[in-house]
Amino acid sequence: MKCQHCEKQAVFHITELEAGSVRELHLCEDHARTYLNQSESEAEVPEEAEEAAPSGGALSGPLGVGQTADELALLDQRACDMCGITFFEFRNQGRLGCPHDYVQFEKELEPLIANIHGATAHTGRRPSRGPVAAGAEPLPEGTEDLTRVIGLRREMKESIALEDYEKARENRDAIRSIEDRWIGLAASGASALAPTREMERGSE
Amino acid sequence: MKLESLTQSIGEWLRGTGPESDIVMSSRVRLARNIAHYPFVSRASEQDRAEIERFLRERIATAPVGKGLDYIDVGHLEEIDRQFLVERQLISREHAEAQGARSVAIDRMEQVSLMINEEDHLRIQCMHSGLDLRGAWEQIKVVDDQIEKVVPYAFHSRWGYLTACPTNVGTGIRVSVMLHLPALVITRQIDKVFRSLHKISLAVRGLYGEGSQAMGDFYQISNQTTLGRTEEELVEQVGDVVPVLIDYERRAREFLVRETQQNVHDQVSRAFGILRTAQTISAEETMQLLSRVRMGVLLGLIGDVKLADINSLLVRTQPAHLQKLRGMELDTNDRNIERARYLRQHFEGGDASSRVIAN
Repeated sequence: MKCQHCEKQAVFHITELEAGSVRELHLCEDHARTYLNQSESEAEVPEEAEEAAPSGGALSGPLGVGQTADELALLDQRACDMCGITFFEFRNQGRLGCPHDYVQFEKELEPLIANIHGATAHTGRRPSRGPVAAGAEPLPEGTEDLTRVIGLRREMKESIALEDYEKARENRDAIRSIEDRWIGLAASGASALAPTREMERGSE
Repeated sequence: MKLESLTQSIGEWLRGTGPESDIVMSSRVRLARNIAHYPFVSRASEQDRAEIERFLRERIATAPVGKGLDYIDVGHLEEIDRQFLVERQLISREHAEAQGARSVAIDRMEQVSLMINEEDHLRIQCMHSGLDLRGAWEQIKVVDDQIEKVVPYAFHSRWGYLTACPTNVGTGIRVSVMLHLPALVITRQIDKVFRSLHKISLAVRGLYGEGSQAMGDFYQISNQTTLGRTEEELVEQVGDVVPVLIDYERRAREFLVRETQQNVHDQVSRAFGILRTAQTISAEETMQLLSRVRMGVLLGLIGDVKLADINSLLVRTQPAHLQKLRGMELDTNDRNIERARYLRQHFEGGDASSRVIAN
């Protein structure tokens, strides 16, 4: 089992009984030491102390030791609507799944990004958008609309797996219409074509 | 593109020219970019990766910058060839060791390289010899603008350019200089320097980037944050500290000559002696000794050796380059023998007059 706060092996398994509720903690040696030191010095862990606690890198920093296993488990289960990555997977790998994660997990990422960069907003260059290919519409500055195809492609795969070819075809058409609109005709790549063959076979 | 053609040149970062090239080997700027309609690389399927690679390659080909690029299909290269590209700093170790469809595009000068499907869909890198961060930035800006015209970069109005790792979000820029700091190492001041760099949130890395050991007294200094400041501010942040480091290193070199003349002369002479006579030698030792000889040349303690030659040896004595030059695969033992032979030949054949200046 991995430590709740970093990639290391959990070697301390702590069960806290407080006010009738049970809370379980699984920690590596470093985080256990931090946790135990804190509990010894003060029963209630103030927020500053949590932030100052040494942790398994910047990524695990703001997820304070004070969070209960239940809270963490709930947060960890949250998944991106587009790529499906869970917050738990992100915490373990330190890599996000797709551009939409910055929208989906904005609240969770904000303290983490503030911790890394000491800032929470971009002030550098911005794209000056035009059409990226002949026949395409100029993209808006933010690309959330285009990123929706990541979710649609996932849905299409699921539809095919469930042999719901009607749904899969709808997904495919939705993908094509978004890609045509923002990326232009040259984008009609294998993403939409490959599953089409399966769909056609399936509906025969 | 044939990799063998690259063995004839030494690449931009080892040309040994440009401002302050006695200390600053190279200046580099890289930008991390992703396209909006695919998952980031670590979450992309095999098929996604192939499509991302093809999409970027096709689209970039339509931009002016695309005309002068040669593509190398990294996914289908042998390990030794991937290692070769890492040694030349054209791809990262992470890119070499990754899985699935991936490639690198390189311009003829070996100044611009585009890594496709590294940690991000696209990593644009621009490298100039010596201290020239501004020049590298101006060049990469043009490349980035041209690609942005044909590729839908993932962007968010608040977070900026979106990257696979939140440590790169915003500008996606990494500004770095590669410094040769032997005198600060010998005088044991290097740790102090690094501690003060960390305090102003600059990162110090070894020769081959993240997680690599500092070899031969070569260090990379780069910005650590990418959000909340403009690209120009970040270029300046790194650029401002370089003259200070150059000054420290120069003073340390002067101190060595002034206070320990005999000692330092002895050290570089011995290093030179080993390189010219050894019968078997490891890559690490070679790097370390070449570093000392490089300093010796710069201090005027060794005559008739060109700086560019030392730089060239730094890369040609590395494992993959050595094997490419020899034209066959060699195990570690044979490599060490071949490396020693190559060095002897270089110093004897190339320049018989190379001598340690007599005291």
